[in-house]
Amino acid sequence: MEGTIPLSYYIAVSAILFTMGALGVLIRRNALIVFMSIELMLNAANLAFVAFARSYGVLTGQIFVFFVITVAAAEVAVGLALIVAIFRSKHSIDVDQMSSLKG
Amino acid sequence: MENSGLFFNLVPLIVFLPTVGLLINIIFGGRMSEKAIGTVASAASGLAFIVSLLLGYSLLASGSEAHVVPFAEWIKIGNLDIPWNFRVDTLSVTMMLVVSGVGTLIHIYAIGYMHEDVRFKDDVKRYGRFFVFLNLFIAMMMILVSGDSYLMLFVGWEGVGLCSFLLIGFWFEMDTLARPSWANSNAAKKAFIANRVGDFGFLLAAFTMFWYFGSLQFSEVFLKAEEVAASQPGVIMVITLFMLIGVTGKSAQIPLYVWLPDAMAGPTPVSALIHAATMVTAGVYLVTRSWALFSLVPDAQYVVALVGAITALFAATIAVGQYDIKKVLAYSTISQLGFMVAAVGMGAYVAGMFHLIAHAFFKALLFLSAGSIILGMERGHHHLANHGHADEHHEEVFDPGDMRNMGGLRKQMPVTFWLYMIGSLALAGIFPFAGFWSKDEILLDAAKNYSVVYVLLTIAAFLTAFYMGRQIWMVFFGKSRHAAAEHAQESPKVITVPLMVLAGASILGGALNLPYLHSLGQWLEHTIELAAEHGEEIRGYLSISWGGLNPVVALVSTLLALLAIGLSWLLYGRKPLQVGQIDPLKKMLGPLYTAFEKKYWVDEIYGALIINRYVDLARFLAEKVDWNFWHDWLHDSVIARFFRWFTKFLANPIDLGIIDAISNGLATLTKRSSTALRQLQNGFVRSYALSVLLGAVLILGYLLFK
Repeated sequence: MEGTIPLSYYIAVSAILFTMGALGVLIRRNALIVFMSIELMLNAANLAFVAFARSYGVLTGQIFVFFVITVAAAEVAVGLALIVAIFRSKHSIDVDQMSSLKG
Repeated sequence: MENSGLFFNLVPLIVFLPTVGLLINIIFGGRMSEKAIGTVASAASGLAFIVSLLLGYSLLASGSEAHVVPFAEWIKIGNLDIPWNFRVDTLSVTMMLVVSGVGTLIHIYAIGYMHEDVRFKDDVKRYGRFFVFLNLFIAMMMILVSGDSYLMLFVGWEGVGLCSFLLIGFWFEMDTLARPSWANSNAAKKAFIANRVGDFGFLLAAFTMFWYFGSLQFSEVFLKAEEVAASQPGVIMVITLFMLIGVTGKSAQIPLYVWLPDAMAGPTPVSALIHAATMVTAGVYLVTRSWALFSLVPDAQYVVALVGAITALFAATIAVGQYDIKKVLAYSTISQLGFMVAAVGMGAYVAGMFHLIAHAFFKALLFLSAGSIILGMERGHHHLANHGHADEHHEEVFDPGDMRNMGGLRKQMPVTFWLYMIGSLALAGIFPFAGFWSKDEILLDAAKNYSVVYVLLTIAAFLTAFYMGRQIWMVFFGKSRHAAAEHAQESPKVITVPLMVLAGASILGGALNLPYLHSLGQWLEHTIELAAEHGEEIRGYLSISWGGLNPVVALVSTLLALLAIGLSWLLYGRKPLQVGQIDPLKKMLGPLYTAFEKKYWVDEIYGALIINRYVDLARFLAEKVDWNFWHDWLHDSVIARFFRWFTKFLANPIDLGIIDAISNGLATLTKRSSTALRQLQNGFVRSYALSVLLGAVLILGYLLFK
């Protein structure tokens, strides 16, 4: 197709998204935000998969994306359950307060 | 089987019957009466005699050729194959008959003798042990004479040495007068050690033989003898001379004879059986058995003959100066063995064997009669003690074997007196007793070829008659020189009957090999001349034992014997010895007689030259080498100190310094590194996420920019 957006743009968006996600995981203390940042990184990866799949004309990347979405859904279920359990015992969802395993 | 109906296969019984006898006495002896023990032992020996007779008959019936009866495999290593075979030939059967025949009589005699001996020495339980040893001796002697090889002969040779040791030291914790002392066990050790020296010679002979012949079997060695003699002339010489050392040990010849007089410490039946009639003749048997080797080396033969002749004279002179009745007989035995060794050395094997047989009869008779006399004296002594003579208490220890205590015994012990007379006349070589014929044959052979030997032996024969005469006069004639002799009593029948049989043999033994008939010669010829067909020269040597009766030699020796007896009558018979009187011969001969009496100080010389030097050496080795050097210096100073230093070294620098340091260091390292590493685990999930990110970045960066 003529006049489409080049692959590098997609990759750039994907990289920016990933970086934002990574920074969010590293910087924010709120477990929910951290969680959302992880979703951001997964979706950055999905974007890269889809972009490459479309660029190379193969379906492998898109199929992988389905898997990633499935894994992300499962992860959300587990993660939210964990966060609820933590909140019940600690009355907070600040990840820095959950450091009782430190050496 | 051409031997069917003959008895050759019975030959192992001559060893195993006495063995069974001794086993019965070992196992059941404690619960058996003295008579039963003695009967078992005598029966074992007697049955062996019957088997020997059957073997003799079998030989006669089958043409007298040697038979080898295989019995068991013994040593089989590589190409060395020594089976245990029994050799039945005229020579071995002759020895078997002498050993078991005289042995059985002595067993019977010992039933009576030991009955009293264990009571005089106050240990009744030891009775059974004596017969066990006696049976063991018969078994060993049978192995010696029936062996088919030098090794088998050596087994018996050592076995009889062991029995001799055991029996000399039978009363090991006392001396011959039953006082507490180690004298008897020392005598036993002396006999054993002197025999060891001789055995060493025998062993060297056997080794040399095996090296050059590759075999120890009689038949193989004798077959190869001439071949080896031709190719290596020295070998046979060496073998025979080494063998001579063995002979001097076992048959009590110069220089190893010193054990035999001391061996008289054993009970008298032992002196008769082992140290007069059988074991000590093993050397003579060995030379006769090895005639095929000796006949090849005339020089060695001459040495053997000279050793025998010198011993014969030397021992006869010592016998003249002894006072102990058994010591006289002991030196007489050495002297007579000298006659035999001289005879076989001259190649007169038949004469040697003849004298061996005759000597077995009359010397056993003499010893056993002497035992009867000693018992008679003991009985007299006990009679006195029991009837409480006042002078008994402060009397010195009474020696029943000292001839100076005896005198006039022919009245108290008439049977023993006549028996002793017969034995003495036979030993002195008076016609027609056995000793006359056998000694004369040796003298005759010597007169023909070996004048030096003849002169020596003739003087020895003269002295033999003299000391026997002296003994008879001192023991049986005159007046009693001690109260015990006055009360001496005759021995019971169990003692005198075997003596009568021996006396009969001593009278008639000469008939075995009368001049011109040579029945013994023809009998032994089957064994001794068997290989002589190889060369006329050997036959020439042997033929000297085939002489007739030389009237001059016979007359000279008889006259000398009569002269000697007359002389002994002049000195001891005409004026009997009084109590405390010095021996009349001592007045005449002076220091020479002292030399006789002191046995030429040979024991003292051996003591000074060898035994004390050996003791010094042993002491030096024990004190200086073992204690000072080995223990104090090497062990305590060197090894212990080094060990202590070394353990300290191992403990401090090595164990603490290195081994411990390694493990402690590891521990410290782990501790420190874990302290450092635990800082990483801060519990902040975000910092873990950062490490994951950094790791991922690093790996990606590496993959991208490599």
